[in-house]
Amino acid sequence: MAMFLLRRLGLMILTLWILSLIVFFAGQILPGDPGRAILGPLARENSVQALDHQLGVDRPLLTRYLSWIGGLVHGNFGTSYTYRTAVEPFVRAALINSVKLALLAFVIVVPLGIIGGVIAALYSGRAVDRVISVSGLSLSAMPEFVTGIVLIVIFGVELKALPVTASAGTGAGVFNQFRHLILPAIPLVLILFGYIARMARAGTIEALNSDYARTAVLKGLPQTTVIRRHILRNSLLPTITVIATQTGYLIGGLVVVETLFNYQGIGNLIFKAAQAKDFAMLEAGVLTIGVVYVLATLAADLLLIALNPRLRIGASDD
Amino acid sequence: MTDIAGIPGGATPAESGGSLGPAGGTVAIAVAAQRMAPTRWRLLLRRPTFIVGAAIIVFWVVCAVFGRLIAPYNPLAQQLLFANTGPSGTHWFGTDPLGRDVLSRVLVGARDILIVTPLATILGTILGTALGLAMGYFGGALDLIAGRLVEAVLALPAVIISFLFIVALGASKITLIIVIGFIFTPLIARTVRAAVLTERHLDYLSSARLLGERPLRVMFGEILPNVLPAILVEFTVRLGYAVFAVATLSFLGFGVQPPTPDWGSDIAANYTGLLAGYWWQTLFPALAIASLVTAVNLITDSIEQVLNA
Repeated sequence: MAMFLLRRLGLMILTLWILSLIVFFAGQILPGDPGRAILGPLARENSVQALDHQLGVDRPLLTRYLSWIGGLVHGNFGTSYTYRTAVEPFVRAALINSVKLALLAFVIVVPLGIIGGVIAALYSGRAVDRVISVSGLSLSAMPEFVTGIVLIVIFGVELKALPVTASAGTGAGVFNQFRHLILPAIPLVLILFGYIARMARAGTIEALNSDYARTAVLKGLPQTTVIRRHILRNSLLPTITVIATQTGYLIGGLVVVETLFNYQGIGNLIFKAAQAKDFAMLEAGVLTIGVVYVLATLAADLLLIALNPRLRIGASDD
Repeated sequence: MTDIAGIPGGATPAESGGSLGPAGGTVAIAVAAQRMAPTRWRLLLRRPTFIVGAAIIVFWVVCAVFGRLIAPYNPLAQQLLFANTGPSGTHWFGTDPLGRDVLSRVLVGARDILIVTPLATILGTILGTALGLAMGYFGGALDLIAGRLVEAVLALPAVIISFLFIVALGASKITLIIVIGFIFTPLIARTVRAAVLTERHLDYLSSARLLGERPLRVMFGEILPNVLPAILVEFTVRLGYAVFAVATLSFLGFGVQPPTPDWGSDIAANYTGLLAGYWWQTLFPALAIASLVTAVNLITDSIEQVLNA
């Protein structure tokens, strides 16, 4: 068990390190000359050099990587090229906003997806199942701004039922903030619904076909009891993994939703940094999303071990 | 078997099997795809979902090729006196803030997305197949290192990682193709690797090795033909996500640049007009994207259904 955890942590650190290499490569090597990229082709050579020096990008590559990664380890995410101050407070504030939105989407989609998947499994192969499965699949491939626009047209413009901007303004109450976040959360819900429902459906079908489910039915338990006590407990395990892997997407896929609804989250932060060619901010934002994803996956693995004794034994063999 | 569809960001439920989850669905694709026979293609043509999906795609391909001839107006012609007019007999889909005909822009706007999407997917499939074959065949250190790389790419939503590279390289159609192709590479490699692993212990491979065939010949001459159906399924799935990625990147301004008609960038240019009630300027391009995404998914779904039949 301890061996397994150590190995899991080791792999996690390796993944994060490779991630840092990718981010560093894209942010510091590919642009060639960040000063030139920021100032544009018409700027004078000496001003480009001055900016490069100011940003510290004229130092040798290895020095830059080491000082960047060293800073990261100490919680120093670098200095924004645009604002000339530490990027950390920007990233933190944006992350908190995004978490609010993502949390709302999760709270809606997790029960909905599980219920949808279980219903589809119970009516497997019939019309209800096909409708849930096919619509889930199609919606999960629909870009958020497409569903977002349809929602804005229906609820924001025609019915005028919900606000079409996500931020309720400073000092807004919890309920008001919540009301502004409903419409932006729905495109995320629509994307995630298909995945969670599909996983819950597969797990439930497997559990329904198991010997213990048959035994439970044959010994005369009512159907609801069989589902609640015997099926759900087993079918939901794989679903937990899916939910965790969606966290990375959810935090990152917010770019479009946050842009469309004008919300100051991490997606919007990355988007604005990309537009302004603020590579330091961009790297910090992208890396933050990667870290959130890796931590969520780890949490899901630990939760799975805690919930499933078979894995505990399997894991110690590992 | 529907568990092969990728997530917009790249991680799929199958891939999310993670280190502890049940065996990845990718293995299932590999196994299912093995059963593919020529008669299955005839079965495919009998499925209404396939016909509908294919019809929609053919329609958009025709628009992409002959768009300018079909379109009732020049998609770039501005008529400022008729700006922001709603759908009517003369302008079926209304006009945009510059008085350009929205219907014409939607028809002609099919072109770039239909060029970039397949090319990016083909690039990713070729590179991913080569990497996956090598990972599955050689295993060992190569598999471990490449596996970590896959994991690292998976940790980032495709849109975000494309962002990073497109900003660094500068936005253009070529950049879009290369970046999306490279992002798909590890994802496709993962599926191909799983398919290769199911083949690795079969007799024909040990025979080939005993005959003294070289690794490259075994990989491309012996294994590749046998995993090809799995690769075809993966290709259609990725095609759907390429549409998603290209449309999203255009919407964010990193794809086709105005004034060239394009669904994503037209939506980006006009969505603020929604609040003024000019819904037709964004809704019609949005529906065009929706129809393309749905069509690709209908085709993918029919192929899976036929393979599982």
